[in-house]
Amino acid sequence: MSGEQPEQDPAPDVTPAEVPAAGRPGTADEAVAPTVPAKPAARRRRRDPLAAVLIGVLTLLLGFAFAVQVRSTDTDTQYAGAREEDLVRILDDLTAQQDRLRQEIADQRAALDQLGSSDSDSAAALQEARERAQALSILNGSVAAQGEGMTMTIRDPATGITSSVLLNAIQELRGAGAETMQVDQVRIGVSSAVTGAPGDLQIDGQQLQAPYVFQVIGSSQDMATAMSIPGGVVSTVGGRGGSVDIVQSDRVVVDALRPLDAPQYADPDSGD
Amino acid sequence: MIPILGLAIGVVLGLLLDPSVPLWLQPYLPIAVVAALDAVFGGVRARFDRIFDAKVFVVSFVSNVVVAGLIVFLGDQLGVGAQLSTAVVVVLGIRIFGNAAAIRRHLFRA
Repeated sequence: MSGEQPEQDPAPDVTPAEVPAAGRPGTADEAVAPTVPAKPAARRRRRDPLAAVLIGVLTLLLGFAFAVQVRSTDTDTQYAGAREEDLVRILDDLTAQQDRLRQEIADQRAALDQLGSSDSDSAAALQEARERAQALSILNGSVAAQGEGMTMTIRDPATGITSSVLLNAIQELRGAGAETMQVDQVRIGVSSAVTGAPGDLQIDGQQLQAPYVFQVIGSSQDMATAMSIPGGVVSTVGGRGGSVDIVQSDRVVVDALRPLDAPQYADPDSGD
Repeated sequence: MIPILGLAIGVVLGLLLDPSVPLWLQPYLPIAVVAALDAVFGGVRARFDRIFDAKVFVVSFVSNVVVAGLIVFLGDQLGVGAQLSTAVVVVLGIRIFGNAAAIRRHLFRA
């Protein structure tokens, strides 16, 4: 084959159409080029239509593939062409990230629950404390109260009612279930004291005027019964020349207030 | 002239038609493009060296593409596809650089 080439070579220079028929222009070109540098360059282009077509097709394919690849790298989702192991790695990463995030969600949710429950706990505690404070302040007379009860009026035309009679009446009322009461606009508390001589009675240092009007909140039936028992308030007052009127009512208002005295020696215990 | 025309027409066609690459081809297309680029640079260099041969070019073009695709395919089968395609790209890149250097020497005599 190489023997033919020197003869073939010069010929195509002049008659290019002839060469395709020869069929092996490539090898000839390759072998000859170093020895005859000027001529192959001149004849190369119009030498072989088949080669030209092939080159054209190949480069066209290259350009096409290049453009397509560039386009698809631009637009496609980047995972579409990814390899299996890459995808597995990406998936692992995502799974790990998901676990982390899920853990974070659980933590935050637990914190939220804790905050919410402690909130409702403290709300309940606050509500309870408020109710207790209300009950206590009714007991010690620092707030006005209203409810079922009775109004008891002790008349003392003979000025025979002593402090002990009034005190007895208060105790009896308490014993019969009075929750809170006032006497002549003086609220009765735990430490209330009845002092003074008949006709000049005082409760907690405040002057009382006959008739003594008790406004009591509690079970009016029980209290009325307790007042009327033999040897009770009604008979005692009657024995001293006085009289007792009892009016039961569905709504008695006890609106006298006691000043709240701060304990001088006692401190609240932290109570655990 | 023909290769430049072919490249230009191909790029224009690819941009105009904008076909989607089939899934099985997606790992191989970039490798094939790089391999073909290597062949093209080799052809340009051969032309400057005046030893260009259409047959060598065509064969080297096709075989470059096929071998590169084959290597990557083998790598995929062996589970080292990512690494092997990197290797192919590196080797082809080095060759492209070498060819480009030779072309540069011809063009600028430097």
